[in-house]
Amino acid sequence: MTRAGIIGYGVSIPHWRIKTTEIARVWGKDGEHVAAGLGVKEKAVGGFDEDSATIAVEASRRAVKMSGIDAQKIGAIYIGSESKPYAVKPTAATVADALMAGPDLMAADYEFACKAGTAGIQTCLGLVKSHMIDVGLAVGADTAQGRPGDALEFSAASGGAAFLVGREKIIAEINHTYSYTTDTPDFWRRQHEEFPMHAGRFTGDPAYFKHVVSCAKKTMEIAGTQASDYAYAVFHQPNGKFPVRAGQILGFSKEQIQTGLITPVIGNTYSGASMIGLAAVLDVAKSGDRILCVSYGSGAGSDGFDLTVTSEIVRHKPVAQVQDLVAKKEYIDYATYIKNRRKLKSL
Amino acid sequence: MWRNIPERYNLLGTHCQTCGKYYFPMRRVCPTCRRKGKLVDAKMPETGKILSYSQVFVAPSGFEHETPYFLAIVELANKATLLTQIVDSKADVVKEGARVELVFRKIYEDSPEGAIAYGYKFRVV
Repeated sequence: MTRAGIIGYGVSIPHWRIKTTEIARVWGKDGEHVAAGLGVKEKAVGGFDEDSATIAVEASRRAVKMSGIDAQKIGAIYIGSESKPYAVKPTAATVADALMAGPDLMAADYEFACKAGTAGIQTCLGLVKSHMIDVGLAVGADTAQGRPGDALEFSAASGGAAFLVGREKIIAEINHTYSYTTDTPDFWRRQHEEFPMHAGRFTGDPAYFKHVVSCAKKTMEIAGTQASDYAYAVFHQPNGKFPVRAGQILGFSKEQIQTGLITPVIGNTYSGASMIGLAAVLDVAKSGDRILCVSYGSGAGSDGFDLTVTSEIVRHKPVAQVQDLVAKKEYIDYATYIKNRRKLKSL
Repeated sequence: MWRNIPERYNLLGTHCQTCGKYYFPMRRVCPTCRRKGKLVDAKMPETGKILSYSQVFVAPSGFEHETPYFLAIVELANKATLLTQIVDSKADVVKEGARVELVFRKIYEDSPEGAIAYGYKFRVV
């Protein structure tokens, strides 16, 4: 069987942050209580001139630099997002030109709520393993929408990650992947609507936990592994609480989950969330470490990945480590936040 | 804008192999060497420093909602200069001589229905 896996990755987290307490102040809520309840103390906010395309480009450029490949080697680009700048016009084409990777490549945008980016990794993996392409680029990037005043506003954040999948100089081999999919209406955004709707508590047990836990169990069954075989586990992180509870259900310790748990300090970056978590783990992982990564997209489905870090990881350092990007920040107030995210109708 | 994508997205400029100078945006003729100049495409460096800057409070049409913002003349590492917005940087760090790095951002959109123009901006490192 042909070996394939991650040969480079990059992350983009906007510079600006807003604290949960600042959002709560505007809506007359107890900020400390909300932050503790969600496990999110602040979130990353894109600038006025940032969207999922600019975030995808920044992350992809870092991935290409880290891998050291010529961008012309990229044979496919898939961008996962639920906050596309255009309803009709591919972000993938913008990323391709910004990398000078085109025009000889396959490209498309994916949508599967928060797991469209990992769906792109699976597509690239298939194309690379079948030798249809040498290298594929999968990106998960979002400037997540949250209706002002809604519970989502406390966590919906901006950010993204890009992963290059190839056969040579693999830093983390993807041993197995598996997906679990059902028609579950827990969260959606209708055509032409600006903000998503969600089914409140229904987004928990019958949606997130059912899919993440089922997908993780089956992925480990296919891989012939158990929780103790993994150095790290990364789960989709809509807040700071869900992934910890999913990990507990599956038998993972807090230590195994902690490194890839980034949502508490940047919010839920939707398509970027589990991929940024995986990047944070790869930033510190050592050769031989095994990683379980399970994404989740409302609607609903999960993609599971069983990975093993290779000795190549010491030769390819990330252009920017996730924790450094998390630390590089300045706070804005609620008024600047709604200006940046164009929540005022006149913008 | 569409025709300028290589310049706007990737800082593709021009290098004169006769005199060694770099130019951005692209040139058809080297202003120093004239007909003796041998010009080739060259990707510009992604870092530089601010030579001069201004903070814009009254913006031209299409940029009104971005005020206040910084415009700067940046000298790249190869001495080519360009006019650019400085983003992600508050007033206390935008100074002459400040080191800056390239970022990819939205430049302009003429309406909610219109096409979006992307391109280069810089931020203080």
